[in-house]
Amino acid sequence: MDSVKQLRFDVAVVGAGPAGIAAALAAADSGKSIGLVDDNPAAGGQIWRGAQSAPRKSAASIWFDRLNKSAVQIVPGARVFHAANGELAAESDDSAIQITYGKLILATGARELFLPFPGWTLPNVMGAGGLQALLKSGLDIAGKRVVIAGTGPLLFAVAAYARKCGAKVVGICEQTTRSRMVRFGMKMLLVPSKAPEALRFAYELRGIPHWTDCWPVAAFGNRRVEIVRISRQGQTSEIECDYLACGFHLTPNVELPRMCGCRLQQGLVEVDEYQHTSVAGTYCAGEPTGIGGLELALVEGEIAGYAATNWEDRAKHLFAKRAQYQKVVRILKDAFPLRPELKNLARPDTLVCRCEDVPHERLCEHSSWRAAKLHARCGMGPCQGRVCAPAAEFLFGWEIDSVRPPVFPVRCSSLAAIPSRSSAPRN
Amino acid sequence: MSESVSVRVNGKPVTVRAGATVAVAVLESGAICRTSVSGQPRSPLCGMGTCFECRVAINGEPQRRSCQVLCQSNMEIETHG
Repeated sequence: MDSVKQLRFDVAVVGAGPAGIAAALAAADSGKSIGLVDDNPAAGGQIWRGAQSAPRKSAASIWFDRLNKSAVQIVPGARVFHAANGELAAESDDSAIQITYGKLILATGARELFLPFPGWTLPNVMGAGGLQALLKSGLDIAGKRVVIAGTGPLLFAVAAYARKCGAKVVGICEQTTRSRMVRFGMKMLLVPSKAPEALRFAYELRGIPHWTDCWPVAAFGNRRVEIVRISRQGQTSEIECDYLACGFHLTPNVELPRMCGCRLQQGLVEVDEYQHTSVAGTYCAGEPTGIGGLELALVEGEIAGYAATNWEDRAKHLFAKRAQYQKVVRILKDAFPLRPELKNLARPDTLVCRCEDVPHERLCEHSSWRAAKLHARCGMGPCQGRVCAPAAEFLFGWEIDSVRPPVFPVRCSSLAAIPSRSSAPRN
Repeated sequence: MSESVSVRVNGKPVTVRAGATVAVAVLESGAICRTSVSGQPRSPLCGMGTCFECRVAINGEPQRRSCQVLCQSNMEIETHG
């Protein structure tokens, strides 16, 4: 039987990406006990995955230095699967973990949005961020042909990273229009610190074709992707490749905030100016409050960390900085809306739910996400709809609002470790 | 400190860089992570622990997300591709 670990923090932070790290460090200034809990083997989130060994003086290494010197207790490899009555239940590889806290900061980040098209389930068709995560995790891609597709600025970052790792990046397929792309570039140049980043990408991606109004229509291959068919300004063509990295921007991880009872608006966690959610003592920072990228996540994290430790003055001091980066949320929204043609990529037999292998035609019969779950088993597999629910929301306009514990598949022994009192009201 | 780690994927030795995840070892071995409920081959999609497509057995424990587990020397990895 697994052991049960009990942890108690004045402030518990869930998610050790930039927002969570910034929140934990800001909160730690108070001298209170701070826990930083994350599913991944190490802190850093997706953007700083594997960056503990980053070059000194990079933005990431400065934060990691501070984190390593701080009194923040990092709890890596711990999946939080339940939240009730001021307690979190998590599990690691070898134990169940019960975490009690005074204040809670949710920094659960975002994941990629995937849209189904014929062949998208083939091996070596992966997310754009997915490919980058695997490269950062040690995948050798030298000499491989990679097509990068989908939408959003992540495509540039992934293309640059893949090229640096020795891949031959055949092209970048961006679904948005050329005029939106140009407007996006111009607006981002006005956001602090974004201009050098844009120029760096332009340099690192020189010579790589960047097609707008372009998206994957189908992928083909025998047990692995070999060819991707793309639509480019109305014309289809086929490209040979070893990897197709395809992601349609990001969708926030709101499962845990929802489970905690936080109010959401248009799919985002509602917060006040101190990053406080609708639930007393619970804060939220980073992508779940609006997809805005690294700098916004950091400053929101700091505000949440200070606010959670009653340091409102320090938090207030950061409001202006946050407002600057909040512009990015709007810029991204305007630049990369998903075009309606993408709704027609899935054929009747194209799988939408990859866990339960539910094809598009089985979903058309239903009028809600709930009905699709109950009757077609869509979203009922181990990923719990993390992949197919955002896709179904886009394809069918369904509202995805349900969440129930455990928000992550866990061992029975971890469920058994939850104290029975959590079902009873507590004073 | 050693800079590479050797594991076995379906009995076949694979060497990856220290700190690499099991998903990387599986991809580099040429194996497919799993077979879906309708019999299709699957490999990692998200690379960050949310999609569950990279599930394999590690040291006999089934259904592990290989993208969230770091390779350790002499790990035995079994795929169901």
